[in-house]
Amino acid sequence: MRERLLVLVPLVAAMGAAVWPHERTRPWWLPAAGGLHTAVALWLLCAPPEVSPGGWWGFDALARAVLPVVSLLFLLCSWYAVTYLRLRQERPNRVFVASLLAVLALVSAGHQARHLGLLWITTEAVTLAAVPLLHFNGTPRAFEATWKYLLVGGTGIALSLLGSFCLGYASLHGAGRGDLTFDGLTAEAAQLSRPWLLAAWVLILAGYGTKMGLAPMHTWKPDAYGEAPGVVGALLAGAVTTVAFAAILRVRAVVEAAGAGAVADRSLAVLGLFSLGVAALMLLGTRDFKRMLAYSSVEHMGILSVGAAMGRAGLWAALFHVWANSLSKGALFLSGGNLRRAGGGRTMDEVAGLSMVTPMSGGIFVAGLLAVTAFPPFAPFFSELRVLRAMLEEGHGLAAGVLLGGLLLAFLGLTRVTLAVWDGRPRLRSREVARRCPETPGVIWPCLVLLGLSLWLGVATPDVLQEAWTAAVNQFHR
Amino acid sequence: MSGVVNALIGVVMGLNLWALGTSRLPTLIGVVSLQGTLLGALPWLMEPGADWRLSAVALATVVVKGWVIPLLLRRAMRAAHVDREVEPFLGFVPSLLLGAGGTVAALVLAGAMPVLEEHHGSLLVPGSLASLFTGLVLLMGRSKAMAQVCGYLILENGIYLFGLLLIRSMPLLVEAGILLDVTVGVFILGIVVDRIQRAFDSLDTRKLTVLRE
Repeated sequence: MRERLLVLVPLVAAMGAAVWPHERTRPWWLPAAGGLHTAVALWLLCAPPEVSPGGWWGFDALARAVLPVVSLLFLLCSWYAVTYLRLRQERPNRVFVASLLAVLALVSAGHQARHLGLLWITTEAVTLAAVPLLHFNGTPRAFEATWKYLLVGGTGIALSLLGSFCLGYASLHGAGRGDLTFDGLTAEAAQLSRPWLLAAWVLILAGYGTKMGLAPMHTWKPDAYGEAPGVVGALLAGAVTTVAFAAILRVRAVVEAAGAGAVADRSLAVLGLFSLGVAALMLLGTRDFKRMLAYSSVEHMGILSVGAAMGRAGLWAALFHVWANSLSKGALFLSGGNLRRAGGGRTMDEVAGLSMVTPMSGGIFVAGLLAVTAFPPFAPFFSELRVLRAMLEEGHGLAAGVLLGGLLLAFLGLTRVTLAVWDGRPRLRSREVARRCPETPGVIWPCLVLLGLSLWLGVATPDVLQEAWTAAVNQFHR
Repeated sequence: MSGVVNALIGVVMGLNLWALGTSRLPTLIGVVSLQGTLLGALPWLMEPGADWRLSAVALATVVVKGWVIPLLLRRAMRAAHVDREVEPFLGFVPSLLLGAGGTVAALVLAGAMPVLEEHHGSLLVPGSLASLFTGLVLLMGRSKAMAQVCGYLILENGIYLFGLLLIRSMPLLVEAGILLDVTVGVFILGIVVDRIQRAFDSLDTRKLTVLRE
């Protein structure tokens, strides 16, 4: 029953926020629901419930390995959002707050869905619930980004539905009962019709890959992350993408049980390396530090995809990297939002010298940059190292070389933009704008805590987490 | 019975080509509406002694795909004073040729896939693939936001056709979820269309070019 709370609490809070009459106090629904959600998620992490086999819902090992980081990220983002919405009093926040909570509820539901159809419905609903978040700023650019997000994301989600149908038909054709729970599909995997199974895998990989932001289906990401508020970017990059990744992992397990694991792994690895390469090249070209974060997200999704293809050790490293990426990227997005407001611009041409205008946020942004580019002792260093090691153990030396090359290029691209906006002499306009957007503690400490968590995860990965990741790996690799 | 079903799916495939060839937005919306109505009739024809669940799905499909969504689109078109021309990126003749080629490819591809005994000789799989392809061509080949929505709906229709293969074994929940999501999706699309219109004073997606790399 406890696991139902993960969906019910934010859902009820979303409804509460939607009818709450006071604009000023409405944002407090966010940390209230976020705190409760985190408490339940951590409780479930430490004391996992029984999962009934064959059920449609359940807090299984994969949900346990990933959902708590979504909770933590949401909690910190929600504290940030309270201050952020106070700074943006000119915009009505009813829809924004309710949508944020709805996204949390649906992401929680998506992680617990053990049925192909339910998984699809929750993922589609997350896509729709995020729409009002993207155009919160109400600028023409924000609507342009929303339109592209809907069109590309909608097509992706449609392809994943078709993939789900193909998987269902593969089961029906294999004299199955058309049981679409993942347990049922895995149990009868050997009889699944192979052509339909492979068609399903391609479509589902393309569909959920779009949601995750793997290249070449990543085109919505730079626009959406660039135009949305920082807090929304953090949640899209650190929470919503995890649902799509979990979906791919669940379907991959079915494909592997059917004896086509090698095909699945190869496609995941190729798509991952391709994403890494595309992101690295785009990072070398972009001049906008918010779009830069989106390409960095594409890069890390690529790493996750490669990790998932590298056997037990690789999957363990990928789950580790989900945590490392969500926490570090969260700090980067939130402090990036501060820089954007204070700088009054977002490209290297408009903004410079933020180390003087916003010393705290600027410092956190640079530290966050070091974290996501895998500097020790932050968590991404250790998770990426494990991915690399898994690749070498599996005998993919060449792929490991490509991965390292991509990481190096991405590092060059990221530091190029970041140092250009951080260093130098501040523009006059930035000084004026920054006076109106002071660095209050409310927009600083959530970034610091996220960065601290990333550091802690790297230096002293808690045993309970390691055990949860191992359990999730056992769920998929028997 | 399968003869009637196949004939209807043939009509749906013909409507795809019509959608690709038309230059007027109201016609395009009309085609989508007609296609939705035909698709709603299919479950009844496929399962003559249909139970209430199946009937409810079929009825909801006719109402939503054939009536509500086209109504929303027409209203959005009027409210936003959208010009009635479709304004293609990709000309009508190339679109039609692509569509015809796609239909043939769909037939060939579907012939190569193994199907259940009861689906032998059925046009469900090729019809689905052809509609999917048509939807993608419209999505990429038309500049008006409204025409792209129509393309998306035809793509969804293709997926619905494929879903009919599973109608006996798929629980109602999944089917209801699909319809619900489509409705909500179009509703939100409608809102965004409205906002784009106000922000750019046009629904021409060619003007949405600020964000690019």
